[in-house]
Amino acid sequence: MKAFDYQRADSAQAAAAMAANAQGVRFIAGGTNLLDLMKLEIERPETVIDISRLPLDAIEDTEDGGLRIGALVTNSDLAADARVRRDYEVLARALLSGASGQLRNKATTGGNLLQRTRCFYFYNRAMPCNKREPGSGCAALEGRNRIHAILGGSEHCIATHPSDMAVAMMALGASVEIQSPDGKTKTLALSELYRLPGDTPHLETELEQGDLITGVVLPAPVGGRQIYRKVRDRASYAFALVSVAAVIGLEDGKIGSAQLAFGGLAPMPWRNSDLEDALIGQTPSPELWGRAADILLADAKGHGENDFKIALARRTLAHVLDAACGGEK
Amino acid sequence: MHLTLTVNGTEHALDLDPRTSLLDMLRDHLDLTGSKKGCDHGQCGACTVLLNGRRINSCLSLAVMHEGDEITTIEGLGEEGKLSPLQAAFVAHDGYQCGYCTPGQICSATAMLGEVEAGWPSHVSDNLEDQPQLTDAEISERMSGNLCRCSAYPNIVDAISEVGGGRK
Ligand SMILES: Cc1cc2nc3c(=O)[nH]c(=O)nc-3n(C[C@H](O)[C@H](O)[C@H](O)COP(=O)(O)OP(=O)(O)OC[C@H]3O[C@@H](n4cnc5c(N)ncnc54)[C@H](O)[C@@H]3O)c2cc1C
Ligand code: SF4
Ligand code: FES
Ligand code: FES
Repeated sequence: MKAFDYQRADSAQAAAAMAANAQGVRFIAGGTNLLDLMKLEIERPETVIDISRLPLDAIEDTEDGGLRIGALVTNSDLAADARVRRDYEVLARALLSGASGQLRNKATTGGNLLQRTRCFYFYNRAMPCNKREPGSGCAALEGRNRIHAILGGSEHCIATHPSDMAVAMMALGASVEIQSPDGKTKTLALSELYRLPGDTPHLETELEQGDLITGVVLPAPVGGRQIYRKVRDRASYAFALVSVAAVIGLEDGKIGSAQLAFGGLAPMPWRNSDLEDALIGQTPSPELWGRAADILLADAKGHGENDFKIALARRTLAHVLDAACGGEK
Repeated sequence: MHLTLTVNGTEHALDLDPRTSLLDMLRDHLDLTGSKKGCDHGQCGACTVLLNGRRINSCLSLAVMHEGDEITTIEGLGEEGKLSPLQAAFVAHDGYQCGYCTPGQICSATAMLGEVEAGWPSHVSDNLEDQPQLTDAEISERMSGNLCRCSAYPNIVDAISEVGGGRK
């Protein structure tokens, strides 16, 4: 690990201000992703700002019946929160499907959103990777790409975003609260936090230098049937190949509301409003699931080893929709 | 960098390079070599310790982030002739072969039983709001962060189940 200057921040404003001017600066929260990457010298910050003791660890009710989750709330505490278990089951389920008991005790809400890809070549400094070394090429396009994206990638990068939590938050329509170094705060829809790779895969979010995530806000619960289905290579302690987060409301036997997001398929948690519109007002049927999958996967592109994800996404979506509309879970 | 923290009930004042992981601090600076380094990347659980009562991977944490914290390692759970219930159960059920993963397994299980008692659900819990039952499936899921290369899993589950009152 490269040597770095370790600093502690004593307020969110101070943390953002400290990060505004420093060279190669990183915040550290749980450290479970940053330290992993620093040990491999994929991340080489000159300054590490410890934000782990900031008072951003509360889960509070918002005025309009939603929930504000502090950026430092651990994945364990969030999954165990009574309101999350009752009203946002999809989120609790996504959290509980991720990592391990030990990791969830350290992993924070902010750090989870900003965790980096698990692309093998991003982790291997001997190989070309545009995300790690802009302009060096992408070894995954013609390489081992079983875990890579079928949607939203580019000829420069096909890495997926690995988070489960973010997929559920995307389905729930979450937004992200941010402290800027100039003392101002701003709010971004989670759907606007991430950037697609295009020709700049090293730029992953819309955050600017020094921006600190202070919390995530969930809108008031919409009820309905909530499901998080994660398909992976082993039953526990593995990242998603495909995951589907669904919040589905039924009215008189028809689909009244549909919020869906997908993990493992794209560089960011993936949501498609055309797919949701196509479901609303319709009677559940296998044909409808097929049409929904056609919309989701219209632009899907396999790269060899990950071709199977196209069929897997189709089946997982059908399974989840069926379960949400009354079938087996 | 200066650091004061409590390990197994004893306060320590240390001067550390900020790069030192909590695991390396325990092993190399305090000679507490019970916590093991398997992968050093959060993937195996051999380094599991209790941080203020909660289980974490000590390899993925910087020591300097633990000013004032209380750490418990396998050495702090029991001692020769006075084993903790889980330590004794691992012996009685032969919950290991080479023993390398065992300190991590026992620290992890110690905190895990507390999580169940506190009502935390898991990925395999049918209902998120009911008090979870300590079935074998629940034990396996909740302990999935602790790998055992010798695959002593059946006996590990037996040992934990006995202490947690799983199969009444
Ligand atoms: C073996 C293993 C298995 C895993 N399996 C899964 C899995 O199945 N599913 C899953 O979803 N995840 C999984 N994870 C990833 C884990 O969820 C993340 O490592 C964790 O959520 C990161 O949170 P953290 O607080 O530790 O982040 P840190 O490591 O502290 O930070 C990560 C990044 O976010 C930045 N950051 C942190 N907080 C803020 C903030 N408030 N504002 C701005 N920037 C911030 C940091 O600067 C850093 O760049 C796994 C990890 C490991 C090691
Ligand atoms: S897919 Fe992205 S992260 Fe992986 S090698 Fe290509 S550029 Fe790097
Ligand atoms: S050594 Fe820490 S998890 Fe393997
Ligand atoms: S007993 Fe050998 S690794 Fe578990």
